[in-house]
Amino acid sequence: MSRTLIEVTGVSKSYGGVVANNDISLSVKEGTITGLIGPNGSGKTTLFNSIVGYHPIDGGSIKFKDQEISELRVPQIARLGMLRTFQQTRIYSAMDCVHNMMISISHRETTFKEMFTKHPPEVREKAEHLLEFVGLYQKRKLISGDLSFGQQKLLEFAMALMNEPEVLLLDEPTAGINPTLINGLIDRLGRAATDFGITLFIIEHNMRVIMNMAEDIYCLAHGELLAQGTPDEIQNNQSVIDAYLGAH
Amino acid sequence: MTFSKKETLLCLSVLVFGVAGPLLFPNYTFQIAVLWMMVVFAQTWDTLGGQMGYNSLGNIFFFGAGMYICSVIQISLYYDICTYTAHSGAVKVDFTPYQYFSGLAVGLLAAGAFSIVFAIIFGWAMFGLRGPYFAIGTLGVALAAGEVIGAWDCIGGGGGISLPPYPGEPDTRSYFFAILMFILAVITFTFLKWLYSTRFGLAINAIRDDESKAEAMGIQTKLHKMLAWASSAVPLAIAGGIFGNMTGFIEPLEVAFPTVTFGIFMVVMVLLGGKGTLWGPILGAVTFHVVKELTWTYLLGLQWVALGAFIVILVVFFQQGLVGWMQDKWPERFGITVDERMSVEEKEAAS
Repeated sequence: MSRTLIEVTGVSKSYGGVVANNDISLSVKEGTITGLIGPNGSGKTTLFNSIVGYHPIDGGSIKFKDQEISELRVPQIARLGMLRTFQQTRIYSAMDCVHNMMISISHRETTFKEMFTKHPPEVREKAEHLLEFVGLYQKRKLISGDLSFGQQKLLEFAMALMNEPEVLLLDEPTAGINPTLINGLIDRLGRAATDFGITLFIIEHNMRVIMNMAEDIYCLAHGELLAQGTPDEIQNNQSVIDAYLGAH
Repeated sequence: MTFSKKETLLCLSVLVFGVAGPLLFPNYTFQIAVLWMMVVFAQTWDTLGGQMGYNSLGNIFFFGAGMYICSVIQISLYYDICTYTAHSGAVKVDFTPYQYFSGLAVGLLAAGAFSIVFAIIFGWAMFGLRGPYFAIGTLGVALAAGEVIGAWDCIGGGGGISLPPYPGEPDTRSYFFAILMFILAVITFTFLKWLYSTRFGLAINAIRDDESKAEAMGIQTKLHKMLAWASSAVPLAIAGGIFGNMTGFIEPLEVAFPTVTFGIFMVVMVLLGGKGTLWGPILGAVTFHVVKELTWTYLLGLQWVALGAFIVILVVFFQQGLVGWMQDKWPERFGITVDERMSVEEKEAAS
């Protein structure tokens, strides 16, 4: 039995009168791929934001490796080894791809002195290898903002890998990507989990993707946890079908 | 730090001009000194505005603060500053060459050191602001500083301070300050070229492109921002100290904290040359200074109108600046190319 990496207990978050998350509890186990699904506006991204420290939560507890992190801020949590990617895809758009990668190395142990040194050559090599891994090697010297949307998503994913996080929260990794590229991305996400040993927690609307990848799936609706289970259990859960999947 | 062949050539010709320029054109020594000051202005403004994406309208604060700190210290070392300013002009003060130069050296170093403290204090307060709010907030700091100094009678108030006279010939005096400004510009350039080549440089670029993303990746954004401001504050403060001594008389509004002239020129020069590039600000400063001097010479009376029109044309038609325009036109010269090789192995096999 692998240990629990993220433990969310009774987390609530409201924006004014809108209750975005109400008493949500879930856990992500080390070395697994966990899915988070639900209709638009069901509070998935809010929950992600709460976990990575983007905003304070109204109540409940969030633990990462048994450490309470609900009071910590984004950069501190990132340095603990938990990263997220963004739904809107965020990269450093005026820098070239290699630089995007190089500045994404882990800042966990960066000393004050290291801030004022150059990156060692291994960092550039690693950046180039990871760019090759996501298929952007040829474009590595181009300004990243000039890449297509799908390529930017791949770059953002590679940047996250560069950081060597223990857990990676992906917010809709396949949104806006064409079907061929999606297959490649699924393959790479899987390899991130197996080859790099990164625990993945994924928000995804593409059911084909998430049902194939995740071992454990949580479904949110109207800010509440609706169901939890294996892909099979979720697909056959009547309340999930009613709220989200729709009847066939 | 590495220099390409072209850069080496460029640096050498700048060095030759810096040393020989004032000797070849003795009538323009003051203008040449101001030119180097403009180069320092543009380079340091670009650290925040271009490299880090924080458009400050208040960088002139460090210039004025440095000017006053340097002046007050170099006088206080040998005289009581309150008596000195109260009798300014009426009492003959004599500084021996030793007193003059030691005072100047201590004053300039102190100006640099204090500016770091100021950058940290104001950085703490200002870096919660982003975009136009940061610009206005910093402008407020510079304006307020001018008013505070103006109300501070002991250091001359609105009447200003006459600085100790230079112990030497007028010609050596102007050459001395031109060289001092030139050395400052060269050190600033070398320092920034090095700084931009380190992780620190990449990190502030990341903050410019997407600060939330940089935070989410674990970069210590606040620390980087304050250090970046401090790096641009030090040369500015020293430039202020030199400029105060060069003009010989300082006062708060027109000389020390001129927000609408030098404060805006900093921004215009960087926009003209190209934001976020190493050579852009220098190119911008030189072009701007030449254009400005030409309009002051040949369009006297209309010089501000001409300068205003120049700025408008610049921001409407030429937003990326000279170097930015070149980068768009010849991307491959800046290394922005597609590599046809598919993989790291192919590259290694080829080399």
